[in-house]
Amino acid sequence: MLLLTRRETEIPSSEITPKATYEAFELNRRQLMKGLSAAGVAMALTQKARAELKIDDLVATQYMVPDRATTPEQMAKSYNNFYEFGEEKSDPAKHAHTLVTYPWNVKVEGLVAKPRTFEFGELFHLQPMQQRVYRFRCVEAWSMVIPWDGFPLSELIKLVEPLPKAKFVQFLSLENRKEEILPFGIPWPYSEGLRMDEAMHPLTLLTFGSYGETLANQQGAPVRVIVPWKYGFKSPKSIVKIKFVEHMPPTTWNELAPNEYGFYSNVNPQVDHPRWSQAHERLLNAYTLFPKVVPTLMFNGYSDQVASMYAGMNLRKDF
Amino acid sequence: MTQRQILIGKTVAHALCLIPALDLVRMYRNGSLVAQADPVNFITHFTGDWALWILLASLAITPLCCLSQGVGWQGLNGLVRFRRMVGLYAFFYATLHLLTYVLLFSGYNVPAAFAALEAGRLLEPWRQLQMIWPTILDDVQKRRFIQVGFAAWLILLMLAATSPRRVLKAIGGRNWQRLHRLVYLAGALACVHYWWLVKTGVRTPWKLTAVLTVLLGIRAAFGMRKRNSIPPDRRKKENREATGVLT
Repeated sequence: MLLLTRRETEIPSSEITPKATYEAFELNRRQLMKGLSAAGVAMALTQKARAELKIDDLVATQYMVPDRATTPEQMAKSYNNFYEFGEEKSDPAKHAHTLVTYPWNVKVEGLVAKPRTFEFGELFHLQPMQQRVYRFRCVEAWSMVIPWDGFPLSELIKLVEPLPKAKFVQFLSLENRKEEILPFGIPWPYSEGLRMDEAMHPLTLLTFGSYGETLANQQGAPVRVIVPWKYGFKSPKSIVKIKFVEHMPPTTWNELAPNEYGFYSNVNPQVDHPRWSQAHERLLNAYTLFPKVVPTLMFNGYSDQVASMYAGMNLRKDF
Repeated sequence: MTQRQILIGKTVAHALCLIPALDLVRMYRNGSLVAQADPVNFITHFTGDWALWILLASLAITPLCCLSQGVGWQGLNGLVRFRRMVGLYAFFYATLHLLTYVLLFSGYNVPAAFAALEAGRLLEPWRQLQMIWPTILDDVQKRRFIQVGFAAWLILLMLAATSPRRVLKAIGGRNWQRLHRLVYLAGALACVHYWWLVKTGVRTPWKLTAVLTVLLGIRAAFGMRKRNSIPPDRRKKENREATGVLT
């Protein structure tokens, strides 16, 4: 917690107009200036509702990466794989401003007792927001260390009560040609999936923010999933639909190149990508011409928590 | 072409070919290179892209001359004089590309090597290379995109090594020309290298591939026309004359 000493010239807090009152006033004023057009009011209300969805009370957690420095925020927000906005890693930061993240709904359907559509604000306030610093390992052999803000996906799953037949969870990302580039050659919408136990795992985070702020558009705003023991592409962005299904769902990169990207895609230094080794990774957490190349850890360093889920599986076959 | 024209032409060609390298130095010095999240990735693509584009530029010279002669214009004939030089620049960027892979990509500890050199431990750079050698060897053995890329670089190395006039005279124009036709293979291999590197569904290399295809197409068309237009008994003589132009 930050304790600030007040200087004498400062206005006592009792005299400061409460922010909400001021914002309401400001909104009213703007609305009047717009001639009270209905559209103007609706837009102002949307802006106000969106502005209220701020991450303020973050619950600290034990999820830390003590042996690696955190990636600078600007770095994490300027180097993204988000193919909906282009194929270069600098593209999403350039183009994702067209993504409209509010209003936003997430439809939860399939083999559940209580299917429903969550309005974004509702989802946002479902649980207290936790901050978790996770290793983030891209399948392209680079990695970052990022503080994500969210709560376990399991909290959402429990609410909709999956039926016993539900064995997998499929996530579908936004597909909107007006807001996204959607390059030719990739089947849209982006689809990812997890086995039920993976989705229910306490590490799997329904993520709304990073670095204490709501997600930047290029990071997959307004809501995504982070699965820290898998390669980055298994953590889908800008989710609009969560589907509970009986059979392994089709997933985008696996469909495009099944020999390169397995359904599980757990971080595994012993199983090479056909075109490069996965034994090492370029750690992107400092601005330098010579980034550290460090050994990749089994399950990205989360073996103690997740390895048991894959006991008895041949991780070379089910990579 | 007058001596003066050649001098001006060469100066311009050097300047053009050096722009990318100087741009990289500029980005390093003003800090914009390091301000990127992944400068290593950037440098790898930057040097690789320029190696290929400059290689294509060198391959474009002969077709340009052929085409301009075809329409009765001799103004571009002088370009052939710059072909070897442009090719050497392609080799220069390809070498930077390879060095980026060895020194920055594979885990070579450049700062440690420098620090040791300053401290007087002169063998440290070599020791660092020995440490990453297994990774590189593994890559070369297992990854076909690295194999074709490396093969393309070896061809360029061979052509660069045989580029001096002395070598041309030593091995003879006909042999030299035959050897240097391998440049087309290098271009094709470099393109394949790029395609095998990118993810399925990504089509970034299509522009390079299109240009290479067009250039090879023009070359093949002219080659065939020439072969058909010359009676067999004259071919030998023609070839000898042709090599004169190529030097």
